[in-house]
Parts: sequence; structure tokens; C-alpha cells
Amino acid sequence: MNWLAGFFGDAAHWSGPDGIPARLLEHLEFSAAAFLIAALIAVPLGMLIGHTGRGALLVVIAANAARALPTLGLLVLVVLLAGVGTVLPVLIPLVVLAIPPILVNTYEGVRGVDADLRDAAYGMGLRGRQVLLQTLTPVALPLILLGLRLAAVQVVSTATVAAFVGLGGLGRFIIDGLATKTYADVIGGAVLVAALALAVQFAFLLLDRVAVSPGVRQIR
Amino acid sequence: MITFEDVTKRYRDGTVAVDGLSLEASTGAITVFVGPSGCGKTTSLRMINRMIDATSGRITLDGQDVREIDPPTLRRGIGYVIQQAGLFPHRKIVDNVATVPYLLGWSKKKARSRAMELLELVGLDPALAGRFPFQLSGGQQQRVGVARALAADPPVLLMDEPFSAVDPIVRASLQDELLRLQLELRKTIVFVTHDIDEAVKLGDTVAVMRVGGRLAQMAGPATLLTEPADDFVREFLGRDRGIRRLSFISAKEMRLSPSPSDLVIDEDGRALGWRTADGLAAYGTFNPETDSLRVALDAALLSPNGTAVAVDEEGRVRGVAGRDSIDKLLGEYAPPATGPAPGGSGGGSSSGAGDSEGAPA
Amino acid sequence: MTDEPLVRWDWIARNWANGGPTAISALLENHIVMAFLPVLFGLVVALPLGLACVRWRWLYQPTAALMNVTYSLPSLVLFSIFLSVTGLTRSTVVIPLTFFALAVLIPAVVDGLASVPDPVRQSAVAMGFRPARRLLRVELPVAVPVVLAGLRVATVSSISLVSVGALIGQGGLGNLFIDGWQRQFYTPIVVGIALIVLLAVLADGLLVLAQRLLTPWSRARRTA
Repeated sequence: MNWLAGFFGDAAHWSGPDGIPARLLEHLEFSAAAFLIAALIAVPLGMLIGHTGRGALLVVIAANAARALPTLGLLVLVVLLAGVGTVLPVLIPLVVLAIPPILVNTYEGVRGVDADLRDAAYGMGLRGRQVLLQTLTPVALPLILLGLRLAAVQVVSTATVAAFVGLGGLGRFIIDGLATKTYADVIGGAVLVAALALAVQFAFLLLDRVAVSPGVRQIR
Repeated sequence: MITFEDVTKRYRDGTVAVDGLSLEASTGAITVFVGPSGCGKTTSLRMINRMIDATSGRITLDGQDVREIDPPTLRRGIGYVIQQAGLFPHRKIVDNVATVPYLLGWSKKKARSRAMELLELVGLDPALAGRFPFQLSGGQQQRVGVARALAADPPVLLMDEPFSAVDPIVRASLQDELLRLQLELRKTIVFVTHDIDEAVKLGDTVAVMRVGGRLAQMAGPATLLTEPADDFVREFLGRDRGIRRLSFISAKEMRLSPSPSDLVIDEDGRALGWRTADGLAAYGTFNPETDSLRVALDAALLSPNGTAVAVDEEGRVRGVAGRDSIDKLLGEYAPPATGPAPGGSGGGSSSGAGDSEGAPA
Repeated sequence: MTDEPLVRWDWIARNWANGGPTAISALLENHIVMAFLPVLFGLVVALPLGLACVRWRWLYQPTAALMNVTYSLPSLVLFSIFLSVTGLTRSTVVIPLTFFALAVLIPAVVDGLASVPDPVRQSAVAMGFRPARRLLRVELPVAVPVVLAGLRVATVSSISLVSVGALIGQGGLGNLFIDGWQRQFYTPIVVGIALIVLLAVLADGLLVLAQRLLTPWSRARRTA
């Protein structure tokens, strides 16, 4: 506990480019960028695959690969290949690792919609796109949001590890602390990342409350 | 009018779901497709609104080939009700009912007020409008399904086993409701069921289909009961065809006798019972204006002396019908002779049925 | 860097088993131990805990919430926090990974038992099974496919996550990533990724095989 007091009580940790606010902002920037890119790719793709049933194998492969691929190894390899010192390459593994949870859950959500419901929607004269947007998406929304939540948490987590390959953000406290054996910084950084991850989790739960129709939430 | 002209549906794996089907579903009437599972009845229904496209042949709707119409446009003009109602779980009841009006570009206000009218029409409490589907019972959901199908006032209604997932009591009330609605709306309805009793109750015309997608017989329910075309139809219709047929004969022409002195009647003209040595005995009544011969016969069987009491709408006694009157009416409606008599009714015979080749599986 | 090949086979040959603690084979062994212990511990804890959650329904909500929170924490965060308790030892990696395994396995056990169709449970009761026997003979076997699916996820994740432990010096094959990074040398990194993915695929395959052997009936149902 006194480590925590040492970390958070130190005025030097609250200002400047190495301060907590600046690091938090960096962390949020990278995470948001990676998350948005991943969502823009994976949500439409998952909806399309779920709706048409074509490309389901891609989803299975993505799901398994995402779990098996070691984050750290991927980060180190991509950054070494792209050249140390630039930020953009670090985004690649962040995006790559965020895509599978969104893809898988969006796909499962859309595919899992009751066949009768689909049938009724077509039977009433909705066109393919209307069926997807007006029927399948609202009903699949809880799972789509779950995928987005898992991806967001994953991005925050990977961005922390990415400090090792030179990315800024809250991970710096942990990585630098480990290098210099300043364990107060390690623990302080860990607590900050944990708080951020929980905040992200909480934000998505709130979003779920607001965005999902009560008629759908009850069924699950 | 909906016309099937030599319609066949063959799947890529070679299975034939519907085989050379030709029939007509009259405007303003209920046509029921009935048959065992695998007989192609649902496929036939779904070819009308092009949920499935026929492999060959033609289906026309008031003379126009349905294949000339873009499917979504076609479907918006045809009401569609399915087994589990298929309500949108994320939309409130009122918006579920207003789905097609919204698609047709009605204003929200107009669509919703139309939806409210329809909820009332199908006998639902308007207070349910703001609920979500999961908050309704199966029977209520099915009523919403019917309301939704009627929302844009389509001339044609397709119903695919709409009442088979609810319990028998609810099913009976939904059937009665449909018949009541139909008296008012006069839609062209095609109704699919595997339940022959439902078919006979609802259908103005019943098309019995056999496995392999062939039409076995198409007729009015009374004709179907008295003159089944072959063993398959006879088997499918089941027992008690003779009794069930009486449901389609009106008791209007029953010759009534003045009520005898042993029928005790109160000052309002309502019957209290038959006088017997042990006190008053039970009696059965029928209304000759609205009831069938089956009800009259049933009423007679419920009285100790075999005499049915005829009453008017208010329940006042108008006379009685004894066995002789009932017998006479029965005789007038005896089924026509059709060549050599086909073997019995099939029911209750003590000898094994193994000698005949049996029904197709 | 540009002319450096992705893989130098001679380096692999020299370092596969050089007898030292940094030999690839030693790291692999280390990795396997650190990846499987958490899953094993997780299973041992998750079975009784999952059963308890089914038996006492009120337990499930808080347990699930706690597991959900744990699962959302980055592995590096948990490693860092345990660093202050267990120091730079294997336990600092194994204990947090056990929590991750639990977060997957407890819901799997609960869902698995919930997947027993009610008629099956009822008919077991009606035939006179006592609760303990019913659990052992009817409910657990029926739950096996769901539990094994959870076990597959937990195992593969665990194998991959161990490598992050390299940042605190306990990462099995993950140490190859640090080594490669520090020397700007691709080969160890590629070898590390390849071995980890291979290990994950192998373990997953073994679990699929186990499921086939344990539940011959579920295969028929899937193809039906």
C-alpha cells in the first residue's frame, strides 16, 4: 500500500509528458484509434458473413488465431519489421487483435437470430438490407456490443504491453518501472490500467442499457 | 383469385416438394391446404408470396403472374402469418403491427392509429400496444401476428400453421375469431395446417395433399367428409366422418312439434327440464336458425326421451324436435350413391386391418 | 536489418538444446508447465465452485461479476500486482493465469450443467437417482462438451498469455521475444511465435480428441 502512496503521492507523476494525465491521454488515443479501425472493419464484415452465411470459416480461423497468437511476440515482430521509432506500426497488432472478438460475436449474433423472425421479416416484404438493419441488427445488438466490449478491453490491454516496443501510454510506468526496478511505478501503473479497463467495461455496460431494446434484453 | 397452374417445386438434390399442382383459391374465401408433413403444403403457400420460387408452372394473383412482381413489393400486398408469430422482439406491439404501413411509407401517426384499430379488431386490449412481444402470451402474440398481417389491408392473407403452437382452448378461440373476422373482411385466405379438424372447421374449400406434393382431393368440407376421393383421403379424414358431416347441415328445415306438457317452461318461456317421476331431468337445446343438425342431434341425445328442445336467440322455447323429425332431415341429406359402396367407415371393426395395403406412410 | 532473414536455421540448431536455461527446449518445457498448471488448478477449483453456483443460484451472479472483472484486467496488470506479493517467481505468472482460467471455466461448468435438458434431469429423478449419483452419472457427462469447450479456450489462452510473463522475466518462450527485441534479431521471435501457436494447436487438438472419446454421443448429434 505504501508503494501506491509513493506513486500517486509524488507530485512529479501528475505533470509533464511523463505525468499520469499525459500518459492516460496517450493510452486513450492509441486505444481509441485501434478500436475504431477494428470496429469499422469487423462489424460490417461480421454482419455480412452472418447475414449471407458466406465466409464463416474466416470467422472460425480468426477466433482461434486471436487466442493462440502471443500478443508480445506479434508486437515485437511487427515493430521490428516496420522499423523502430514510428507509432503507426504498433497500431497494426492492436487492430489485428481487436478484430476477432468483434467479428466472432457480430457474426454469431446475426446468424443466431431466430429463423422464424427472419422469415416473418422477408414475408412482410422487407428487402435484404432492411432485414439486416431493421431486424437482425437490433436483435443481435447485445452480442455485437459484447464483441465491441471484449475488443475494447483487449485493446487497452495490448496497448499496455506495447509500451515495451516504445509506445507511450500507461504501460510506460510498468515497463520503465520493471527496467529500473522501481516497483512503486510498476504497481501504480498497473492500478491505473486496471482502472481504465474497468471504466471501459463499465462504459459498455451503460451503452448496452441505452442501446438495446428492452424487448430484446429480456430474451437473453 | 389465386391460381396454381401445373406448379412444381424440385430442389437441387432432386427432392420434389410440390408436383404438378393445379388449383384455384377463390377470392373472399378460405382455402385450406392440409396434409401430413412432407406433403408440400407449406412450400405451396410460400410460393404464392415468392418466399420460394416455383421450378415450373405458373402462380397467378388476380391474373398476374407473381414472378412478374418484385418479391418485396408483392409481399407488402399479401398478409403473412406464421406459426410462432415471428414478432420483432425489439419493437413494441403497436410498431410490430405497423411494420408494413411503415414500409409503405405511411406517416408514423397514421400507421400507429391503424395499428391500434387492428389490435381492437383482433380482440386485443389496446393497453398491450406499448408492451414488448415477450410480455404477451402465445395466444396474444398470435393475434398480434394476425393484426400485423392485416395492417395494410391486403386483399390476400397467407397463414402457415398459425395456430398450431398454442393450446387447444386458445386455438379454438383463435379459429372462431378468424371466422368472425372473415365474415367482416372477406379476404382471400390461404391457410396451411396439418390438422384436418381445423381444415374442416375453417375451410370454405379444403385441398388435401399427399406426400410428394400431389393434390389428393379438393372440395368443400361437407363433400370431403361424405365423398373422400380415395383411401388416403378417407384415412386422413379419420373417424366419425358421418357425424362430423352433420356440422355442415343446417337445422333450419327441422320440422318442430309444439312443446309437450311434460316439458316444464317458466313464465319467460325458457325450459326448466323434463318432468319425470324423480323430478326434473336435463334437456338439450338447439337454435334452428343458427345451429347445425349435429347440434340438434346432440341435444336430442342429451334428453331422457330423445327429444331436442328448439329455442330462439333469447333461449325461449319454440318447440321440440323428436327422433322422427331428426331422422327425416338426416334422410334428406343422405350422401349420394356413388357406384359400388367403398368399404365401411373404417372405424371400430374388430377384424384386423392388415388385409388392405394400408395408408401411404 | 533489411537483409536479415526472418529465420536463421543455424541459430535454432545451436540454441535448441545448449544445456543452459535459455535453450529453446528448456524454455519450451518451462512454457508448458507454466501454461498448464493454471488450467489444471482452474479446473480443480472451477468444478466445485461451478457446482456450488448451480446448487445455490444466488452465488452465481456475484461470482460471474467477479470473474468478468478479472477477465477484463490485462495480464500484465495482474502480473505487476502479484509481483509485490510473490516476487519475480513463476507463481507471479501462474496465479494470475489461474484466475483467467477460472473466469472461463466457472461459467463453462455452470452453462454445462444448465445445458442438461430438463426432461433428462426429470427422468433421472423419476427413475430414483439420488442427487450425488445423478450428478455423477447423468448431469456431469451431459455437461462434458460445454466444459471441454471452456477448457479449450482456457488452455489456448493460457499458452499464449504465459509469454507476456517474459516482461517480468518469467515467460517461457516469451523470453525469446525479449531476446529478439533487444538484439534486433527476428529468428527467436519467429521461433517463439511458431512454437506457441503450434503448442496451442496441439493442445486444442488433444482436447477435441478427448471430447470425442469422452462423449461419443455428442458427435452423432452434431452431424444430425
